[in-house]
Amino acid sequence: MGESKLDLLQGTLDLMVLQTLAAMGEMHGYGIARRIEQVSGDEVLLNQGTIYASLVRLQQRGWISAEWGTSENNRKAKFYSITKRGRKQMAEDAAYWARLSEVMGRVLAMGDKGGDR
Amino acid sequence: MKHSMMDSLRRAVQRAGSFFRKQPLDRELEAEMAAHLEMAVDENVKRGLSQKEARRQALIRFGGVVQAKERQREERGVPWLDVLLQDVRYTVRTLRRDRVFTVVAVLILALGIGANIAVFSVVNTILLRPLPFYDPQQLVWIARPDAHGLSDMTYSADAYDDLLAQNRSYVDVTAYYAFSTSDNLKLTGNGDPTPVTGMGVVGNFFHVLGVEPELGRSFTADESRKGGRAVVLLSHPFWQRQFGGDRAIVGKVINLSGTPTTVIGVLPETFDFGAAFSPGTKVDVYVPTLLDDIRDEGNTLALIGRLKPGVSVAQAQTEAKSLFPKFYWSKKYPDSIGNYRARPVVLKDYVSGKLRRSLIMLWGAVGLILLIVCVNLSNLLLARAAARSKEFALRSALGAGRWRLIRQLLTESLVLSLTGAALGLGLAYALTSYLAHQGSLALPLLSSVRVDGTALAWTLLITIGAAVLFGLLPGLRMSGTDLQETLKDGGQGMSDGRKHEGMRNVLVISEVALACVLLIGAGLLLRSFMRVLDVDLGFQPATAAAIKVDYDDGRKTEKRNAIFEEVIRRVSAIPGVEAAGISDNLPLERNRGWGGPSLKGKKYRDGEVPDAFVYVVSPGYVKAMGMRLRGRDFTWQDDMKGESTVILNERAANFVASGGDALGKMVMIGKSEARVIGVVADVHETNVEGAAGEQMYLPTMRDEWGPEGSELVVRTKLPPAQLAGSVLRTLRELNPNQPAVEFRPIQGIVDRAVSPRRFFVLMVGTFAALGLILASLGIYGVISYSVTRRTQEIGIRMALGATPGRVQMGVISKTLVLAAIGISVGAIVSMVMANLIASMLFGTTPTDPITFFAMTCLLGGVALLAGYIPARRASRINPMVALRNN
Repeated sequence: MGESKLDLLQGTLDLMVLQTLAAMGEMHGYGIARRIEQVSGDEVLLNQGTIYASLVRLQQRGWISAEWGTSENNRKAKFYSITKRGRKQMAEDAAYWARLSEVMGRVLAMGDKGGDR
Repeated sequence: MKHSMMDSLRRAVQRAGSFFRKQPLDRELEAEMAAHLEMAVDENVKRGLSQKEARRQALIRFGGVVQAKERQREERGVPWLDVLLQDVRYTVRTLRRDRVFTVVAVLILALGIGANIAVFSVVNTILLRPLPFYDPQQLVWIARPDAHGLSDMTYSADAYDDLLAQNRSYVDVTAYYAFSTSDNLKLTGNGDPTPVTGMGVVGNFFHVLGVEPELGRSFTADESRKGGRAVVLLSHPFWQRQFGGDRAIVGKVINLSGTPTTVIGVLPETFDFGAAFSPGTKVDVYVPTLLDDIRDEGNTLALIGRLKPGVSVAQAQTEAKSLFPKFYWSKKYPDSIGNYRARPVVLKDYVSGKLRRSLIMLWGAVGLILLIVCVNLSNLLLARAAARSKEFALRSALGAGRWRLIRQLLTESLVLSLTGAALGLGLAYALTSYLAHQGSLALPLLSSVRVDGTALAWTLLITIGAAVLFGLLPGLRMSGTDLQETLKDGGQGMSDGRKHEGMRNVLVISEVALACVLLIGAGLLLRSFMRVLDVDLGFQPATAAAIKVDYDDGRKTEKRNAIFEEVIRRVSAIPGVEAAGISDNLPLERNRGWGGPSLKGKKYRDGEVPDAFVYVVSPGYVKAMGMRLRGRDFTWQDDMKGESTVILNERAANFVASGGDALGKMVMIGKSEARVIGVVADVHETNVEGAAGEQMYLPTMRDEWGPEGSELVVRTKLPPAQLAGSVLRTLRELNPNQPAVEFRPIQGIVDRAVSPRRFFVLMVGTFAALGLILASLGIYGVISYSVTRRTQEIGIRMALGATPGRVQMGVISKTLVLAAIGISVGAIVSMVMANLIASMLFGTTPTDPITFFAMTCLLGGVALLAGYIPARRASRINPMVALRNN
């Protein structure tokens, strides 16, 4: 086994779901899960089932909405789409993540020179 | 993830909502996940996997289906509520299965909790809740600290005026006319005259108390002055009863005792004068007391002040100390200065302070009941625990944690105690509304007793408290039992049972001890009450009754004599009447005091002659009241033509004669002299339990002593109620204006005076009886259980030759040991507790041996009975059957 897969930090899955829906439009749970797996290049440790806890959470907050519909191969499935408020929230969270990862990057980068001082 | 308050709130609402739509939501999730898997399988098949392998892969990628569902459920709903609901559902199922246990437990709890709510409501109303006036903690009662009788606690109009003018402590001071009596007015103009109870109050009375009329207005300054228009305020109940709640009554003129009087308002329902100032009486209307009218009447006003903000009661007391000695009894007599003292106290303390100890004792007694109930329930639950130990061992083997089991057991206790509390609340509602309508019970504020919000909060507190108390011990016991042991244990759980039994014995012993404390306390109070009933009142209350006579003498003594003589002659002629006579006041009711009698010609120091209670009476009164007389009664000839005469009580006679015999001596009463023609035994005039004061009985036939009212007392051979009609008819024949006032049994007056004590005895007695029953139930339960558990052992012993008698003795002696330990502990605790209620006892010492002996015997006897039933069963065990079982 090579490098182990990334554990998802609290809240990151929610953001991934929002981002996926923002980019792809209306999708069902399986589609969202597959999409995240594909985009992350299978680096994320994701039990597909866990996505449903995230979906219900986002729905209850009013950030995504859901509707029953029919999939491309004629199966009844629940389709999710991001709401206006969801987009706003996503923008905020994405900015937060960008800043955080930038800061983390800087902090970790200074480690090499630490010994000289 | 950060998010706004609104989002969190929205989510909370949604979560709570989804709690109630569990099944549709579950179905939807199921369908969604199924679709997910199908799509995954489809894709895998498309990639060339076999159907079986495709499904396997799909499931792997999905993770655990059950866990995913569980996580989604937790996310969308309220997980702890789900668990609680599960526990409750399980509890209801188990309790249903065990119906007898459930019914017994709920009933016991209902009694215990119900009694506690009821008593708390009484305590809350009388002791804790503020008086129903505006800013009541600023109100003070201004009276002598050691007042004995009405005249002693009241002040003259001149003193009141001076207090108003000179004080610096009060925003305002008001007063009521303390000598108003029941049925002192009559309402005419609509058929037969109706008796009405009017209370005289100084004009600012309602303003000072902060009571706003519900309709109309209060008295104006003009109406409180001499010559003002005659006006009246109606009490709410009287308005409802007499005028059918007619809102147009304000402004109308009614005829009150011959005076056209304008109704200016109706007081709110919440205002009950009697409840606060004169427990056990009711007031129909309020009339302004005109100070100039009562200036010559001496002490008549009971004072109530409203303290200025920032002035403490202590400051008011200091001021009163220097201020009151400067007041005049009457400014007409300059030497009447210096007779007053006063010590203001918070009004609430005056109203309910005397009852504080009794109420706290009652509260304690009912708390003991709840404790006994809890112990009893603990015991029942332990018995059940023994039977259920397998069930719990099994659950724990299946993975239930210890806390989960304890929580399950506590849920059971809580369900039981909440059900009991619901029933108990009903009980308490019934009890409090019954108490609130006991008009003759002389407890202050009782009419407003109800189960209010505070009482409901208290209910919740004790309900949960009780559940934890009686549920925790069995809970810890059960969840702590050794899993292996229990599951292995073959028979009836021998080892486990024995452990439980030790605990249950301790519980039963404490139950017996608690019941013993209650019983001895109740016994002491009961004995005191019997002593109170045995008090020699100085008159015979049985088979006598009084009725207020209406008459118009035009303020002429001779005319009054003629009326009284005729009334007494006619009433005495009614068959069944033994004696009849008139007095202006009756013992244990209104009383008044004057400067007492002194021996004529003897010099006394200032203040040496004590005040005496005054009764202006007709011939025949002494006999009608059943008083014991030495010498002779008054005759109609003791009028202005003859010598002035007086009858003294023993105490006054002793003072006058300084140890000799007062009969025949001349005494001075104020400036008048009178010959002592009779001496009567001391009559309890103010209360039953205290000592009697000096009393003098003066004839109605003399000009010097004006009677203040006229109570006709009739002594009968028949029950007084049977004569009520004929007496009233006779009075009506003589005077058509005679209102239909009550024919009151004298016994009723005595009953009212002892009613607070009767109330407390009845309550504590009931609790003690309840405690006794519960304790015997506890003993029965434990002994019965131990017999059942030892059936086999007993069977073996009997097979080996033990006689039924021996077996029975064995069980009984076990009972007796438990009872004896409990009783000993209880008796010792009682010795300590009894000292706490010593001040509530009358003629009984806190360690009264008879009470201790009787109550411990009673408890022992009942315990014996409770043990005898299972003992009998034990002795009838058939060894063969017992050995074959198991």
